[in-house]
Amino acid sequence: MLEVIRLTFVVSGIALAISSALGIPVGAWLGLRRFSGRGLVRALIYTGMGLPPVVVGLAVYLLLSRRGPLGGLDWLFTPAGMVLAQVVIAFPIVAGLTSAALEALDPELPLQVRSLGANARQEAVAMLRQARGGVIAALLAAFGGIISEVGAAMLVGGNIEGKTRVLSTAIVLETRRGEFATALALGGVLLILAFIVNAGLLRLQVTPRHPS
Amino acid sequence: MSQAATFEILGLRRGYGGGWRLDLPAIEVRQGEFLAILGPTGAGKSTLLRLLHLLDEPEAGRLVFEGIPIPFPAPLEIRRSIGMVFQRPLMLTGSVRDNIAYGLKVRRQREGSRVEEMLHRFDLEHLAPRDARTVSGGEMQRLALARALASRPRVLLLDEPAASLDPGHAAVVEGIIRDAHREDGTTIVLATHNLGQARRLAQRVGLLASGRLVEIGETEDLFTQPRQPLTAAYLRGELLTEEPADS
Repeated sequence: MLEVIRLTFVVSGIALAISSALGIPVGAWLGLRRFSGRGLVRALIYTGMGLPPVVVGLAVYLLLSRRGPLGGLDWLFTPAGMVLAQVVIAFPIVAGLTSAALEALDPELPLQVRSLGANARQEAVAMLRQARGGVIAALLAAFGGIISEVGAAMLVGGNIEGKTRVLSTAIVLETRRGEFATALALGGVLLILAFIVNAGLLRLQVTPRHPS
Repeated sequence: MSQAATFEILGLRRGYGGGWRLDLPAIEVRQGEFLAILGPTGAGKSTLLRLLHLLDEPEAGRLVFEGIPIPFPAPLEIRRSIGMVFQRPLMLTGSVRDNIAYGLKVRRQREGSRVEEMLHRFDLEHLAPRDARTVSGGEMQRLALARALASRPRVLLLDEPAASLDPGHAAVVEGIIRDAHREDGTTIVLATHNLGQARRLAQRVGLLASGRLVEIGETEDLFTQPRQPLTAAYLRGELLTEEPADS
């Protein structure tokens, strides 16, 4: 049980960290810059936000399978493969919601931040801090999406005990076995884990920070 | 044009839709002067200030700052020597102190004593730890001025800095602006439709209408002996708004 909880936290935590590192800058770029093709990029990202995890799982499975383009990595049925699948699910959520949060700010704000002497990077950082509530909401939505998904974790991870079994796939397994009490207990653990992470992120949402 | 000019504007144009929002053949802003730009709403005052702040790029013409022709996008170091107070200042997340420190922080300059000096000078000490977005209109305008002046800009651009204030607060803000000009030697360009404010503060006054400079001259000359009929009409209160509105 502890190993399942640890792996759930590690896989989804790493996936969220990678998705944030990629998705927040892309969301900032999309939300703050005007360029040709922006509408298309935004449409693609918004489409990605609605991707069914099982479809992502299938695509990543094919990518990582021995004959797939990334077969050489030997990541199929490993936590690394599960992280990759969860990044594909979480990245568009982080990028799309970050961009939407920035677009909801006063359109004159970037101009006023630049007026105070900010360069492009400082402007993006200041705007992200202004939109912090929305950015945290993006991280919450992404984390909620990946920690609870079953399709990709099952297809790419294979639900191998002690190796790739996470809470969501363990719940499916216990339910199939008719062990409803265990499945419910695992569901409770999943909820507590999600609550702890969400509470931490929500704290960031309300803590005032120095604007820089 | 003199080398001592802070800005030289040469054939500057900025458009909108199918026309020119601003079309200025030649204007000079002298070093250390206080220039007020009068004009009805929609005359192009805000557009001019954004061009002078090097935030917007002109579609035609040349802008020379302290003898240097400005390429666009404008070099950061030049842009950082110009400060601006917007008509509707927006505060950053954080305290009043954080907002004043922001301009110094992005320039990697020491914050401490300068921030305290600005808090004291603008009578904001008691508000220093407060969330900047919760202060009143008059306090916010003082904060916006303190924030813009903290990094010691050589030029300060003011877009209707007291438009939303009651007469008491407006007088305080005017006093602060006057001090910034006299004590720091800051070149100031003030966009306003407040005739009294322009007359009280500025050394020279220009009138913009439909994006064009109608007249520019010494303040008292323009107010007492306007050379253009349009200027006389504006001073009589007959030219109040234009389309399109930009401010």
